[in-house]
Amino acid sequence: MLLPRFEYVRATSLLQASTLLAENPAAQPLAGGTDLLVDLRERRRQPPTLVDVGDLPELRGIESGDGVTRIGAGVTVGELLTSPLITTRVPALEAAARDFADFLTRNKATLGGNVANASPGADLVVPLLALDAGIVLAGPSGERTVPLDAFLVGPRRTVAHPGELIREVVVSRHGGRQAWYKLGLKRGGAIAVVSVATWIAPDAAGRVADARIALGAVGPRPFRPREAEAHLVGAVLDPERIGQAADLAAGAARPITDVRGGADYRTAMVRALVARCLGAAADA
Amino acid sequence: MRSIELTLNGLRVRATVEPHETLLGVLRQRLAATEVKSGCERGDCGACAVLLDGRAINSCLALAVQADGRAVTTVRGLGTPEAPHPLQTAFIELGAAQCGICIPGMLVTLYAMLATRPEATRQEVREAIGGNLCRCTGYHKIVDAALAAARRLVEGRPAPQADGRPINQPGDRG
Repeated sequence: MLLPRFEYVRATSLLQASTLLAENPAAQPLAGGTDLLVDLRERRRQPPTLVDVGDLPELRGIESGDGVTRIGAGVTVGELLTSPLITTRVPALEAAARDFADFLTRNKATLGGNVANASPGADLVVPLLALDAGIVLAGPSGERTVPLDAFLVGPRRTVAHPGELIREVVVSRHGGRQAWYKLGLKRGGAIAVVSVATWIAPDAAGRVADARIALGAVGPRPFRPREAEAHLVGAVLDPERIGQAADLAAGAARPITDVRGGADYRTAMVRALVARCLGAAADA
Repeated sequence: MRSIELTLNGLRVRATVEPHETLLGVLRQRLAATEVKSGCERGDCGACAVLLDGRAINSCLALAVQADGRAVTTVRGLGTPEAPHPLQTAFIELGAAQCGICIPGMLVTLYAMLATRPEATRQEVREAIGGNLCRCTGYHKIVDAALAAARRLVEGRPAPQADGRPINQPGDRG
């Protein structure tokens, strides 16, 4: 089976890529291609031109400093798994990368691609949302940083303008007690039925100083159930409080019924998995 | 059409390709590399796995133009009939191939994984081939052969077992 015809440009600089994409709004950036080339084959997208950003040095690298971790958009999911910085600072992201597709796909798929695709169940987006990630967008006339929560609009929709490419993801939370749980229909290569990431910052007295909960595949986009988060702040993570927060998170879920699970089942799993992640934080 | 030049199993080769041709298609149809198998053509089955600059990928999800100037290694490049790779030897000795269509992709994937983790456990081997589907469901012997090759690669040091079970235990479901 053949792909539809398109023009192909291998970009040599980020500015060249963003300028080309701004001048040709129907063109698509190509990074790992693990989603885009499947969409092309199945005629879900038919861009006249692909701008390959896979070789751009501006999109490479993982570094830390000033209390943040900066991850280039072109870093592959497999590379996240070999980075000591990711392991020590953002273990919830590492755990999600481990559950991402399979070995062959992880060697191609990129962090930026997973974020830009804005799938409701995007594996890497859920922990990044719990860690207050910022998205650095590079366009022909400069850069801007958008909080991930504001970057995501709906299924496959973001606030990025034509010509704006994700240059890097900046994670401003690290350490604390991080947890991740992905429920799939199988162990490898699964799309999330429900995914949950939590981040808990304990204070000196052992109470919750700050809390983040992020949910995937139970709404048009990954989101944070803020009432559930607020219910944890200042409290001790005991089973009663965890159960109440899990109920609030389940109440905020807006799942659909599809081939992977029913809406009622997904809601029940939000309750169970939020409680599991918070329980892990309490035991840490 | 554009001209690309790549290193295929150590040999410099040229091809004239359209931008929308996949690496899989060009390998099989232009470069006679039919040892690379075509399965789902959407990145789900791993039959078309090759090494691109040493990294195992599905060649159905790469464009041929993206391989320009790069090195592609297929299962044919892992060893020779006279000097097969330990993985190839183990697959033969333990009868790990049934119909065989998944085996080139399995070998390429396992080669890449064992290159960085020769001490891989049974669980790690199983996770590594999570994207390589065997339509005969013959995973048991494939995993056994991978672990046998891993042992040879670390020169007799027994591969640690995450689940504590001995390798090749009768009745093991792999």
